[in-house]
Amino acid sequence: MSDSKVGPRPDIRFELLADDAWLIAFDTPDASIIDPETNARVHALAECIRTAAPGWLRDLVPAYATLAVFFDLGTTDAQAVRDWLGTQCVDDVADAQADASRAIEIPVRYGGAFGEDLDAAAAELGIAADTLIARHGAALYTVAMIGFAPGFPYLSGLDPSLALPRLATPRTRVPAGSVAIGGAQTGIYPRESPGGWRLLGRTPIRLFDPQRASPSLLAPGDRVRFIAIDDDAFARLERDA
Amino acid sequence: MPSRDWNATHEREHMSRTAWRVIAPGSLTTVQDRGRDGWRHLGVGRAGALDPASAALANRMVGNPSDAAVLEITLGGPTLELPQPARIALCGAVIDARFEDAQNRVHAIPCGRPVDLPAGLLRLGAIRSGLRAWLAVVGGFDVPRVLGSRSTDLRGGFGGLHGRAVRSGDALPLGPQPMHDLVEPQAPAWWIALDTAPANASPIRYVADGIDAAHALARQDWRVDPRSDRQGLRCSGAPIVAALSERISAPVAPGTLQLPPDGQPIVLLADAQTVGGYPRLGHVVCVDLPRLAQLRAGDALRFEAITADAATLLRRKRDAELARALLAIDDRLQRG
Repeated sequence: MSDSKVGPRPDIRFELLADDAWLIAFDTPDASIIDPETNARVHALAECIRTAAPGWLRDLVPAYATLAVFFDLGTTDAQAVRDWLGTQCVDDVADAQADASRAIEIPVRYGGAFGEDLDAAAAELGIAADTLIARHGAALYTVAMIGFAPGFPYLSGLDPSLALPRLATPRTRVPAGSVAIGGAQTGIYPRESPGGWRLLGRTPIRLFDPQRASPSLLAPGDRVRFIAIDDDAFARLERDA
Repeated sequence: MPSRDWNATHEREHMSRTAWRVIAPGSLTTVQDRGRDGWRHLGVGRAGALDPASAALANRMVGNPSDAAVLEITLGGPTLELPQPARIALCGAVIDARFEDAQNRVHAIPCGRPVDLPAGLLRLGAIRSGLRAWLAVVGGFDVPRVLGSRSTDLRGGFGGLHGRAVRSGDALPLGPQPMHDLVEPQAPAWWIALDTAPANASPIRYVADGIDAAHALARQDWRVDPRSDRQGLRCSGAPIVAALSERISAPVAPGTLQLPPDGQPIVLLADAQTVGGYPRLGHVVCVDLPRLAQLRAGDALRFEAITADAATLLRRKRDAELARALLAIDDRLQRG
């Protein structure tokens, strides 16, 4: 990496996010639209910095088209971090990142009490509930980022025909494990919380457990598939969890 | 209050483990240390004491490492039952503190200095000016570390004591306690001067993003909205009108200034979520974040934009002052 010092990249912008954090913003075709290619570059740069593991690195937060780098003010300063970041990872390593991604299967019990909005969502989209389930389960998703709550994955790769507006009034209680659509994304609520996304189903898998050595089932950049399950499988998996 | 031999007695007496019983919880009392790093990419925020310097000072006065877990007290303090003697210190806002010993005698407990307490009831009352105080005890509050920290993550529901604010009946486990007999509270003749200036006496300084709306923040007075909490201090005032579209979500940090569609800015604090979609106006500099922790609903506040370089100088000055204060405390404790 040290032999590729060609100076700051023209396609990224540095913004001071806090006294101890830089936000690296990637040029993207349209700043209001989620662009999978830009997101892949974010994950590639994050992986590159994580591998280099500079001693001052405290946190590295990839999002859709931005990457936050938190540093330890006790051992460095903002300018030194920026200088270092400007010389990192000039090569496009998005392909390598995709290969390294784990593909994780998430079992989902769709509909009924598990996904209160399924029928209404299908009606709104003008398709059968089974079609909605099939399309939601057919896609290979990418964890574009994790946020909102610990372990909440924002998944890109939703079939565009399934995009649904959020509820006008968010629910005060969304059950833990709820699989939902919000706009052009799908996601999973790791624990009971308020939420405005449309609920399609629920997974018995525990997405986040702070007591586990690896607390989050999913990491940014991971690949995800949903697998439809029945009541028996849900009950069995819930017991095992 | 009489003085005693202030030399550290800890070494020559055996250590024991104990827990304090929570008799009344106070308004919002949580276990906090410096917070957690390294998990933001999984949606886990920092948490931690809203004023790390006050927590560090309180810790050092009882002989703890600066990052031991303390109790963060909000507005009204808890009543705690001490089954055996303990050394404590209170920093941050001045709080009414009384101690009731086994003979039901009541003693006033001063802030800003170490106090040795016998077994009895520690009644922490009202904070009359400011909003938050930090209570350290020798040995620290020994709750389990979760993801590397003892801090309470209130939104995530983990860390601290069972992932929540303390409640009546809780047992607060303490680290190793030096055993010594004591009949009544004792404090040394020295103390550290707590900063009692109102937190809004001067403007809150921030580094502005390069957009016009970022500078509008400094052009008017604001008030603290009652919905403010450890996650964010919400400002209310004449709305900032800006043609800023919501962006796709991007990382945020403690200190981030957000502008929601209603034009009422939010300063994110220690419990900040990790990503957000509201337009960003800049960030409050880290030396001024502890001042925000002392503002109450309805308090007035102003903002002043400064450069990132000025923020660096302020931080270095603050760090040097804190280091000097900690050294002075260590020195006093050694001299007795």
